[in-house]
Amino acid sequence: MSIAIKAENLSKAYQLGQIGTGTISRDLERWYARIGGKEDPYLRIGETNDRTSKGNSDVVWSLKDINFEIEQGDAVGIIGRNGAGKSTLLKVLSRVTSPTTGRITGKGRIASLLEVGTGFHPELTGRENIYLNGAILGMRKKEITRKFDEIVDFAGVERYIDTPVKRYSSGMYVRLAFAVAAHLESEILIVDEVLAVGDAEFQKKCLGKMGEVSKGEGRTVLFVSHNMGSVKTLCDKAILLNQGLLYAIGDANQIIPQYSKATANNQSKRIGGNMVYVKAVSYYCNAIEVSSGEILHGEPLRIVLQIEALEDYNDVSIALCFNDSNNQRMTSVWTKYNGQLFSLKKGIQQFDLQIHSLRLVPDAYQLITYIETKGQILEQINHFDEILVTPANHSKSLEVPVSGLGSYVEVFEAKLRYD
Amino acid sequence: MNQQYDWSIEPQNSLLDLKLKDTWAYRDLLWLLVRRDFVSFYKQTILGPLWFFIQPLLTTLIFTFVFGNLAGISTDGLPQPLFYMAGITAWNYFADCLTKTSTVFKDNANIFGKVYFPRLIMPLSIVVSNLVRFGVQFLLFLMVMAYYYFTDAHFNITWAISLFPLVVLLMALLGLGTGMLISAMTTKYRDLAFLVTFGVQLLMYATTVIYPLSTALENYPTYAWIIEYNPMTPLIETFRYGFLGNGTFSWGAIGYTTAVTLALLLLGIVVFNKVEKNFVDTV
Repeated sequence: MSIAIKAENLSKAYQLGQIGTGTISRDLERWYARIGGKEDPYLRIGETNDRTSKGNSDVVWSLKDINFEIEQGDAVGIIGRNGAGKSTLLKVLSRVTSPTTGRITGKGRIASLLEVGTGFHPELTGRENIYLNGAILGMRKKEITRKFDEIVDFAGVERYIDTPVKRYSSGMYVRLAFAVAAHLESEILIVDEVLAVGDAEFQKKCLGKMGEVSKGEGRTVLFVSHNMGSVKTLCDKAILLNQGLLYAIGDANQIIPQYSKATANNQSKRIGGNMVYVKAVSYYCNAIEVSSGEILHGEPLRIVLQIEALEDYNDVSIALCFNDSNNQRMTSVWTKYNGQLFSLKKGIQQFDLQIHSLRLVPDAYQLITYIETKGQILEQINHFDEILVTPANHSKSLEVPVSGLGSYVEVFEAKLRYD
Repeated sequence: MNQQYDWSIEPQNSLLDLKLKDTWAYRDLLWLLVRRDFVSFYKQTILGPLWFFIQPLLTTLIFTFVFGNLAGISTDGLPQPLFYMAGITAWNYFADCLTKTSTVFKDNANIFGKVYFPRLIMPLSIVVSNLVRFGVQFLLFLMVMAYYYFTDAHFNITWAISLFPLVVLLMALLGLGTGMLISAMTTKYRDLAFLVTFGVQLLMYATTVIYPLSTALENYPTYAWIIEYNPMTPLIETFRYGFLGNGTFSWGAIGYTTAVTLALLLLGIVVFNKVEKNFVDTV
């Protein structure tokens, strides 16, 4: 396999605050330093990019000493928290801005989709905008003509093609824009989180198209997203950025759980009277302990909670809720509805919760556990480990639900064991 | 690893890399942008492209009234509307190229911030778009010429009309070069943008738009050099000399303008290419 993109010591510094007053004198100072062969005085004092803490200098490194190689045909997910440097990396890669130091070399034409519909003119018709946008993205006119029908078909806006795009609904606008970009004949495709728009059907179509681009046509795809489910389905490799530094790179299946860990708060969030504590959580899938909570769709999941109660409680029930990566509650189960109530004794005990089949849309879920008695919440934990549901590829493959519809967890059993 | 790379992204590029090859590869974009400008200009208007006529027509009328009749400035024996229209048509083209190019980074910050294409395409498209506009206004000028030809012909066309393509090219390149130079500087310091709109208006009075060079030389021999060294003056004079047979033409003046234009253009492209790499961070 040959290398498509190679980054060496890539860094990018940004200046914080207002640009304007004082910049002339600063520019002169920099210029003077450069003439004298010294290091740029305003870059030396840069520090890592932690947006929450107040720094001493107003120069930050959005990217610092990034090194990686991407092979041709790889689909690489770029993940990280807000401000980790993902967009900066994409901007540098797509040549919108140049790096401060270091370099990137590569092979093949790059098409970047940092935003859909860049250069769309509201007064022009869909047809005219397809040509304009295609040309902005680097297509030749005859290339666009050749693909025109395909683009219109993919976008599904045939009826509106000779209407100015300002009359389009925002969804149609995005569909058209993505369709143009998706039909670029580039060796490298860079996509920022643009799939957040459009309806579920179109999002699925976009993901499908991108999968086809990388797997079917052997083109390199770089994909930035916060949706671990999409990254998981689309990408085989991942780059995890944290505060401008390359935190990890490698197989997507190994990197994504690290992201969950890097992003989660170190402490579970607790609500309640502090009379009941969850001390430890472990996950088992088919009797094997899984460290990161990665479960195949339709597989059983066993969660063991070790809890300590400071008093005795009767009529205790326990609930499990699954929130998807958009923090929407997908489903929940509650022992109270099964008529299962427990008695907690003072001391340490274990809840053994068994879900026979986890039928959730592939995505990264946050699990929230509630321990309740008589309408009062004793303990609530937003688990810091995400549960990652991935499509099953074994023979008994169940039909994977595509949306919230059909997401449910099958048969829930709870047992309480006293140590 | 022994591998050939197609491209590399580095902090600094060679100053002399003008990226003309890249720009050529995107020539289709240039035409589409020109088309966009033209089409979007008259979309949802009733008069459509006629609006291109109205502005020079009204300006000519006002100039004829104010400078011709009220101030009584000489027009070298030419019919006043014809004299002013020649000046306005040529000057407008240069002024439009200059002012529009000088805000190219600011106006296109959104596109430039999201997608890469050779940035030079944008100022070039402005110059070509304005050429369309100039063409329409030039047509109007020819119509006025025809009108005067059939009523009272106080003008005669000279051989210098063959220099017309050169004159237009020089006006375009001069506007482009100066505009790019200013645009590169305005990305960080917005002050210049204010200066441009106002400066272009003033510059018009230092160019022979509303008076002939001969009058200026005659009345203000000590200060007329300002007008003579203005690279736009020989262009407007040549334009008038070619079409109307009245004006000061010399090869030296044209040669001077050509040299200044080429120097400004080269400097403009170099500075533009340098700024283009990072302007997204400062604009």
